[in-house]
Amino acid sequence: MLDKIGIARRIAKEVKDGYYVNLGIGIPTLVANFVRDDISVEFQSENGVLGMGPFPFEGEEDADIINAGKQTITTMPGASFFDSATSFGMIRGKHVHLTILGAMEVAENGDIANWKIPGKMVKGMGGAMDLVASADNIIVAMMHTNKAGESKLLKRCTLPLTGVGCVKKIVTNLAVLEIVPKGFKLLERAPGVSIETIKKATEGNLLIQGDIPEMEL
Amino acid sequence: MIRKTVKDSREALQGVEDGMTFMLGGFGLCGIPENAISELVRLEIKNITCISNNAGVDDFGLGLLLQKHQIKKMISSYVGENDEFERQMLSGELEVELTPQGTLAEKCKAAQSGFPAFYTPAGYGTEVAEGKETREFNGKMHVLEYAYSADFAFVKAWKGDEAGNLIFKGTARNFNPCMCGAAKITVAEVEELLPAGSLDPNEIHIPGIFVQRIFQGKQYEKRIEQRTVRPRN
Repeated sequence: MLDKIGIARRIAKEVKDGYYVNLGIGIPTLVANFVRDDISVEFQSENGVLGMGPFPFEGEEDADIINAGKQTITTMPGASFFDSATSFGMIRGKHVHLTILGAMEVAENGDIANWKIPGKMVKGMGGAMDLVASADNIIVAMMHTNKAGESKLLKRCTLPLTGVGCVKKIVTNLAVLEIVPKGFKLLERAPGVSIETIKKATEGNLLIQGDIPEMEL
Repeated sequence: MIRKTVKDSREALQGVEDGMTFMLGGFGLCGIPENAISELVRLEIKNITCISNNAGVDDFGLGLLLQKHQIKKMISSYVGENDEFERQMLSGELEVELTPQGTLAEKCKAAQSGFPAFYTPAGYGTEVAEGKETREFNGKMHVLEYAYSADFAFVKAWKGDEAGNLIFKGTARNFNPCMCGAAKITVAEVEELLPAGSLDPNEIHIPGIFVQRIFQGKQYEKRIEQRTVRPRN
């Protein structure tokens, strides 16, 4: 079974040379730490920066340079700043190649819910609805089950949706799965995790074809 | 040259009244019009509608207006990090309209550029699209969103000149340029107000035509919400 770092490490393998990538808050942010350093990648943050770098050294924080999680950051050579409409123009116009974000629920038809728990948590969707509605290549990073042990990979989402039919791939602590017309196609198992464990943790339709390899990290 | 300078925030906010709709720039606490917000608190304007990506934190930014119950309605994309906001929203004291971030930016931009409405794929199939016109383009569904209409836009820039030209810094740019010229009156506060001719016309982000009043801001706190650093070794 993977921890959050492991999930980020596995997703980093999906980041290819020449990609512009938008990383969501939480596990997705960690992905930047594990991208191969022999490829050229630029990270976009929807508050208006392309070419995000690591956190600044202590004492070098700049209140005017933050990421979408409101954390102080630095920029890499070649970076640029822009306004919010331009930023979402990049996203809506499909200039960003890969979007990695977290989710509370994903359904077997690719629906995603990650912004609201009625009566409990209403913080808003931020840029998530724009991202999922426009990106062609969306990877969800999340735990396979919630804190109560219930599956987050469902037949239908129960929470208010963020987007419909948009998720392509999911990387969890247990598995890598692809959304296909009939449900969640199991691609890889996390190290030491059995197919039985994945079956039990998946409420939606799980498709298992042939031998399912263990992830390489 | 058409001069846009006013003396201070008091002069800049002349004409604001109860019940008006304001646009306020900023992402989190980054690039917010601190001086305009302070003046709105001092004026005790009530029943206002604020179009702003976020709602500040409990004791800073728009949180200061929330504390004094000056806001009737918030139009935002993300309102976490503010307990008083959540309390007022759950108790029904505060009306909240949550809008996808890119749509919010574009609704400002549309008002700036004279588009009454536009189609976006964001929010299709979700509760955000409920009751809205939808239409298919190239096999994909889109939602019709209308331009905002506001009385004042309050923006914050890094440098500006007497003609109202603006240059922003870093990610403090965010929604600020999109809101310039998107309301009846745009008020820009700047860290550095310069004589006309001091800024290179090639480097202007927002031309002064979109700004009606500009003033030299004071005592910027520029609070950091999440101070994240890495070790030196």
